[in-house]
Amino acid sequence: MPSTPSMPSTSSMPVTSSTSTSAVPVTPLEQLEEHTEVLGEELDRIRAEVVAARGAEDARYIHTVIAVQRGLETGGRAALAVSLFPPAWAAGTAMLTVAKVLENMELGHNILHGQWDWMGDPAIHSTTWEWDFLTPADAWKHTHNHLHHTYTNVVGRDRDLGYTVLRMSPEQPWHPVHLLQPLYAALLAPVFEWGIALYDLEADGVRSGRKSVRAFLGDLAGMARKAVRQSAKDYVLFPLLAGPSALPCLLGNITANGLRNIWAHTVIFCGHFPADVQTFSYEEEQLEGETRGEWYLRQIQGSANIEGGLLLHVLTGNLSHQIEHHVFPDLPSNRYAELAPRIREVCARHGIAYVTGPLWRQYSSMWGRVLRHAVPKVPWGRS
Amino acid sequence: MPVPRTSAFPAGPPGSAGPVGRLVGALVSPILNPILSPLVSPLAKSLATPLAPDDYLGLIDPLLSARHPAGRVVAVRPECAGAATLEIRPGRGWAGHRAGQYLPVGVEIDGVRHWRTYSITSPPLAEAPGRTLTITVKEDPGGRVSPHLVHRTRPGAVLRLGPAQGEFTLPEASLPSRMLMVTAGSGITPVAGMLRTLARRRGGRGPAPDVVLLHSAPGPDEFLFRAELAALEAELPWLSVRARYTRTAGRLVPEHMGVLCPDWYERETWACGPEGLLDALERHWAAAGAGERLRVERFRPTPLLPEDPEAPGGRVRFEHSGVEADAPASVPLLETGEAAGVVMPYGCRRGLCFGCLAPLVHGRVRDLRTGELHGEPGELIQTCVNGAAGPLALAL
Repeated sequence: MPSTPSMPSTSSMPVTSSTSTSAVPVTPLEQLEEHTEVLGEELDRIRAEVVAARGAEDARYIHTVIAVQRGLETGGRAALAVSLFPPAWAAGTAMLTVAKVLENMELGHNILHGQWDWMGDPAIHSTTWEWDFLTPADAWKHTHNHLHHTYTNVVGRDRDLGYTVLRMSPEQPWHPVHLLQPLYAALLAPVFEWGIALYDLEADGVRSGRKSVRAFLGDLAGMARKAVRQSAKDYVLFPLLAGPSALPCLLGNITANGLRNIWAHTVIFCGHFPADVQTFSYEEEQLEGETRGEWYLRQIQGSANIEGGLLLHVLTGNLSHQIEHHVFPDLPSNRYAELAPRIREVCARHGIAYVTGPLWRQYSSMWGRVLRHAVPKVPWGRS
Repeated sequence: MPVPRTSAFPAGPPGSAGPVGRLVGALVSPILNPILSPLVSPLAKSLATPLAPDDYLGLIDPLLSARHPAGRVVAVRPECAGAATLEIRPGRGWAGHRAGQYLPVGVEIDGVRHWRTYSITSPPLAEAPGRTLTITVKEDPGGRVSPHLVHRTRPGAVLRLGPAQGEFTLPEASLPSRMLMVTAGSGITPVAGMLRTLARRRGGRGPAPDVVLLHSAPGPDEFLFRAELAALEAELPWLSVRARYTRTAGRLVPEHMGVLCPDWYERETWACGPEGLLDALERHWAAAGAGERLRVERFRPTPLLPEDPEAPGGRVRFEHSGVEADAPASVPLLETGEAAGVVMPYGCRRGLCFGCLAPLVHGRVRDLRTGELHGEPGELIQTCVNGAAGPLALAL
């Protein structure tokens, strides 16, 4: 579990700056403090219930997803080996795409969060898992589990808020290059894993002195090694093994990686960037003194869900339940669906906005935000 | 008299894994063997990256996994006194055992893997027909794992297997000419493995050591393997089995040795049973100046050594997490890491399951059970039973 500030504190409610009109209703300060205290206790209780209930059914779920994923990957590779035959190409590419989506979203992301560590199985454990993604698992666990999940949507602290290249909130300083951000946000989608790999190197941290040059070079070498292995597999070895089908096999692999990247980009951008999601301009002391309840509140206000059916949830790695994931990042993902109505009910009772909507709406809302913040803050604008 | 076939030499037919297992075996071995050959395996590794070919093989059949050795239960036979013998076909990754060793067994109960150790009661695989091993588990009614193994485990169940461990074994090279086994209760289990091995190797022929088994049980109904041992004794001239039933004759104390086995102090002796008995035996043997002829096996995890204020600890660096912490010499690195907030792999926490292995980057560690200093760069360290011996770094 990411380290979450849990020191009790009497600090005042964080000053939230919202791009949305659906903020916390105006309530006297003391009452708010009490509210967040109660919120924290309620969510802790829900968490304890799920922890106690985890069992054989959950284990069967993750074992099934692993079996399906590896089966699809094997089938997809086999079909692409004879992909001169067009139906084989279509079937192979489709299977490989779904396999890669499952591998990244429902397996890699969630296992690396430690959601399945409770099973005590060294084969399915956050410390041993490695994934089909260019960022080595260790580097990603640092930037994602630690930085992003602890400081979710805090301007200047959560690097995922715009990934250091996009301006996603009015508090982030505007620069002329942001005029181009709709373009590069779109160009990023098909090569998302490369973008994230470069981002996880934290070059900005070296400039600001937070990261040593040596650590940067070490991470760069680790990323390069992994990139070579993954690229050799998809773009050289499997095509060569396909013999006469080498070219269609290569195209199939490129397509599968590209589609997986676009999907990952879509799901992840919809998780924190739809318009109603709040960002937080915190002073250092506010973060230091944040209570468990305040942390929960920020996680809920800083995330957005996607509504849909079972297939959508599985293919997003249950990140369609982004709010539930941010509240309980280390609970098994198959439990988020049943948690969602409970969290929503808690939010309704406490007057906390619960941002959710179908994929198309969250997606267009996200792009609206990218466009809006491409231009500098204007006195007469909404933000 | 014929040796009863009940549990002496479990000889399941080669395909007792069931029709599916047979089919899978037939399909997989022509594919598997080339994949594992040294010429092809680098390619297979590159194709499977970031996973390993092993991850796919283990999905076809857990017994094909070398990284996470497993075994399949092929038979469960009830024994007396709430015990059961499990016959297990070990998979590809399991390295075998010496007679008398114990086996870490990983059992999945309600989604969570639990590790326990049980003495192996069968001869080494190469000498066991059917290439299976057996463990005999006595139910602890308040326990979690033993009732599951005794009552709720069916043929076909898959168990993870750790490497066989323990030095309470039959000498491999030359057997002493006279041996004494002193056992009580389920302490008979490792000795049963040794006796079955001896029976297999020597049969009724050849120069066999003269073996006396002295077993203590509450009564004949609680004497594990009684019928089989009686049959062996009748068949093998070199084996003598002497039972002492505590319900009628009272508890076995070392002072009875003179009567039960007059030449006890000249015999190489193996003893396994409750702590109290073993402690008394050790005192008795030492007093007679025969201490080096007595080997004992205690059914509890090897205790960690008492804290040694002289031993220097060190600063440990967890490379991937970027965390550093002071590691006292007598605290397992697993605990040091967890206290420092590092997500540490763990398993049994008792040095059995090897689930906590972490690669050592540099530095030395001390085995907290034996005091042994070890550690080469890249060596996989059991963090649950090793402490720091100076500054070190782990790839976690």
